[in-house]
Amino acid sequence: NPANRQSIKQTNKHRVEFTQLAAEYKAVNLGQGFPDFSPPQFITEAFCKAVSGGPPMHQYTRAFGHPALVQSLAKFFSRIVGHDIDPFEDILVTVGAYQALFCAFQALIDEGDEVIIVEPFFDCYQPMVVMAGGKAVYVPLRPVSGTAVLSSGDWVLSAEELASKITPHTKAIVINTPNNPLGKVYKREELQMIADLCIKHDLLCFSDEVYEWLTYDGAKHVKIASLPGMWERTVTIGSGGKTFSATGWKVGWAMGSGHILKYMKTIHQNSIYHCATAAQEAVAQGFEREHELFGTPQSYFQQLPAMLHHRREKLASSLKGVGLQPIMPEGGYFMITDISSIAVDFKDSDTKDENYDFRFVKWLIKEKGLATIPVSAFYSPEHSKEFDKYIRFCFVKENSTLDAAEEILKKWSQNESSH
Amino acid sequence: TNFNHKNVCRVAFTSLAADPSVVNLGQGFPDIPPPSYVKEALAKAVSVDRMNQYTRGFGHPPLVKALSQVYGHVYGRPIDPFKEVLVTVGGYGSLFSTMQGLVEEGDEVIIIEPFFDCYVPMVRMAGAKPVFIPLRLKSGKKSITSADWYLDPDELSSKFTSKTKAIIINTPNNPIGKILTRDELQMIADLCIKHDTLCFSDEVYEWLIYRGQQHVKIATLPGMWERTITIGSAGKTFSVTGWKLGWSIGPQHLIRHLQTVMQNTLYTCPTPLQEAVAQGLMLNMELIGQPECYFTSLAEELEGKRDRMAAIVQEAGMTPVIPEGGYFMLVDVSALNQDLSDMKTDDDDDEAYDYKFVKWMIKKKKLAAIPVTAFVSDQSTKDFEKYIRLCFIKVSNTLMLIKSYFKQCLNASFHTV
Repeated sequence: NPANRQSIKQTNKHRVEFTQLAAEYKAVNLGQGFPDFSPPQFITEAFCKAVSGGPPMHQYTRAFGHPALVQSLAKFFSRIVGHDIDPFEDILVTVGAYQALFCAFQALIDEGDEVIIVEPFFDCYQPMVVMAGGKAVYVPLRPVSGTAVLSSGDWVLSAEELASKITPHTKAIVINTPNNPLGKVYKREELQMIADLCIKHDLLCFSDEVYEWLTYDGAKHVKIASLPGMWERTVTIGSGGKTFSATGWKVGWAMGSGHILKYMKTIHQNSIYHCATAAQEAVAQGFEREHELFGTPQSYFQQLPAMLHHRREKLASSLKGVGLQPIMPEGGYFMITDISSIAVDFKDSDTKDENYDFRFVKWLIKEKGLATIPVSAFYSPEHSKEFDKYIRFCFVKENSTLDAAEEILKKWSQNESSH
Repeated sequence: TNFNHKNVCRVAFTSLAADPSVVNLGQGFPDIPPPSYVKEALAKAVSVDRMNQYTRGFGHPPLVKALSQVYGHVYGRPIDPFKEVLVTVGGYGSLFSTMQGLVEEGDEVIIIEPFFDCYVPMVRMAGAKPVFIPLRLKSGKKSITSADWYLDPDELSSKFTSKTKAIIINTPNNPIGKILTRDELQMIADLCIKHDTLCFSDEVYEWLIYRGQQHVKIATLPGMWERTITIGSAGKTFSVTGWKLGWSIGPQHLIRHLQTVMQNTLYTCPTPLQEAVAQGLMLNMELIGQPECYFTSLAEELEGKRDRMAAIVQEAGMTPVIPEGGYFMLVDVSALNQDLSDMKTDDDDDEAYDYKFVKWMIKKKKLAAIPVTAFVSDQSTKDFEKYIRLCFIKVSNTLMLIKSYFKQCLNASFHTV
């Protein structure tokens, strides 16, 4: 729909804009969500092995997913979901989880459908709903009042508020757990509440679980598709890039009942058709390894969250050390911080119509050389002003990067106290 | 989803042909190895940390810069790597971004038959209507080469209406292998300018040009740069179809719409693959004009295979259509007069002859090809149903195998069932 395509032109602009600004000012970049350390050796070795494999490794593979990959994904996840996943019917491999989301919205959302998006949301959901001719309806996670909000677990979805957003036009609800940017890991009871509504109103559920292996402090990732009555109505999205710290490989997937996946396959067939073969082969080998080592200390799915747990602590203490209030994420790549306690004189009158956090982030890049992302970018226009006092940090970085950030924060805090 | 289409047939034939005892001449990908330096560049890229993480959404800087250099040279004009180039997931992804970015509900898009089969569903997915014009065979000629097909100027002109948004051209053409001549391109250009339409030029086989032929870029004709998107493919350029990288080149005011689509569909393409293609392009840029340059050496290698395939087909009693470019060959099977009455399927008694022939050939002769009516609209079926498409970008051993399969057919007689 052309009107829809034209209207989405201006969204996502800020992500590109902030990246450019950070580069221009050579800022320490805790903004963008990708590791600055290397992927694990076993996965890069798997890629090299695929590259030196025979000619078939460099030619088209099966359009809906390289057989070795869909088979290893089916084997791996059947155990977790508690359902026998058919590798050829129930899985679609895509160019990153991003393209899986695109296929889901294009295939399953029709003109006039409403899609409930839980805020804060990864910013591509809204333009994808619009591009499919649908209408986004928002329901925010809200910090529990009356207590000090210290953890992403303190941000909750109101069952009444969510139920009130459902109309006869509602087609689907989109959840992201662990959540970007907040880091919330939905508890089983919370997912059950959502599941009950999906079943009651016959809704689809798109569950973006790209950070599924990154949970901290004993938080457990639960797949909504594993709850009773949910396999047949859920599309679960995953990411090889986030799983193996190789975001640049762009290998993702959608998993769900074949009767839903088949529509997504049609979209895929008419937009991209095939995904790169060698990268898929490498991710397949990665899952084979993890299948063998699942639950053991050598598993990357144990080692990565353990390592990131410390990075998370390190960043949090740097922030607290200068009087900022981070919200400890239970999972994912990111931490948000309340900046309302800082008074800043924005001398930049160009930005005066922008949200506070946008202005703050630009100021922080230009004046302090530290790049972050404003959290109101993850909110609908109707709610963004309510949540414009938070900025998002990515802590999936080398210690040296976090040290550099700490230096900047310390110096800034010293400047403040000397006034 | 009203665009299930003949692609489904290609997928169906793929599974029929997946039987390992079947020699697959259908699907368009090489079984020759890619040049070793691109594989090495890929392995090297993966060893660099930064190359495993997200790169610039509209194209990895080293790659768009390399494309800007190579094509700047080819076009004879400077090409802005950041504003006039978009990297996509294969030529296919460029086609998709182009349609989604520039074609609107209610538009008409002219498609020349036979056409790469994804054009129609992509046009429909954008809410537009495909308008077909067939390439026609010069009368009185027994078809021998792809140059014997032409576009009728009056017929073409009649297809342009006030609703026409664009015309899609594919040169060299899949499946025929025709290379549109400068005059033909000028005729198309004149109409585009007269009716103020866009031109989407699918040039993925641009380097596979055989002796005596010249590939002309319609975007280089006067008045055309500003209204043309030209599509290229790393997969076809470097014999790495499984890398799925392609690009769109055009003026900023058009490319930016493709970039918006990219931003909202898959955001970025894989980094290490882009890095490796960039290196492959720069290496060959240095070698342009020399025999080692892959842009020309691959075509030389394939010309020999083309001629071998043509000879094999002739020995088997069929008539090849010698392509001027690309890696496909049309084969006229009518001389065999093959009885296919037992290949009738339950659901489609009107199934075209070439579909039945291909099924017969797979089942009885263990050879897979693609029926050419998969590349045309219903109204043109009768003109193309005596042709099947073979792919000849195959190693010597495969070609020898094909020769022996055909020989067996001859010995057993193609005419018995």
